[in-house]
Amino acid sequence: MTELTRRSVLGLGAGMVVCAGIGLPLRAALATPEKLQAAIMEYTGGVAPANGGMTLSMPEIAENGGVVPMEVSVDSAMADGDYVESVLVAAEGNPVPVVGTFNFSRMSGDPSFSTRIRLAQSQKIVAVAKMSDGSFRMAETVTKVTIGGCGG
Amino acid sequence: MAQSKPRIKLQKTASKGEIVTIKTLINHKMESGSRKDKDGKLIPRMVIHTFSCHFNDNPIFECDIGPGISANPYLEFNVKVEESGTFRFVWEDDEGSVYTAERKIEVA
Repeated sequence: MTELTRRSVLGLGAGMVVCAGIGLPLRAALATPEKLQAAIMEYTGGVAPANGGMTLSMPEIAENGGVVPMEVSVDSAMADGDYVESVLVAAEGNPVPVVGTFNFSRMSGDPSFSTRIRLAQSQKIVAVAKMSDGSFRMAETVTKVTIGGCGG
Repeated sequence: MAQSKPRIKLQKTASKGEIVTIKTLINHKMESGSRKDKDGKLIPRMVIHTFSCHFNDNPIFECDIGPGISANPYLEFNVKVEESGTFRFVWEDDEGSVYTAERKIEVA
């Protein structure tokens, strides 16, 4: 299997004239590690999230960057004094780094959710959880994308 | 225009205190704002930006989403039910369109 570098994936994206998904502008303003950090810090108010205490599950390889399944789960009893308020999901290499903010409630059974997201290219995705005691947790993963953000 | 009829998967009955999974799906292009038309012009962004689920008027799960969510947004979450009642689901998009759905559940 040819190794997919960021450059080759961008090249693939450039070659695709018709993209049903994100339709990546060539070498345009993609998210960067700095933009990702800024998005996380804005969410946490400057508090550094601790690694662990939650999981972010995504496939290692996504055939279609337009539809990539994602599941987030936080280790929390969801009881008084220890519950999850919300989760931020952000993708380092997408044109817009923030994918979404997901807010739980006291009636949420289990602090977890699933959805499908778009990935413009192979990249790191992070999930940050805001806890009721003001602390933050984080999980991250890397997904390789064969066809970036463009559906059939 | 895509018809944005929502689909909900949710059991009709549950025991008190049971954690129930809800799966939602709605047709929507989620036009990201990054695509260009055949003349090279940017197609304006038009996505669902908010989803909310309430149970008997209490908020359960609310999401602020955007172009990073795939077309035909799928959202799966869960709720601990203690009483019978009605779930109300609401999706809102950039054009101001509001899509809703309701489902009842019997809790014994």
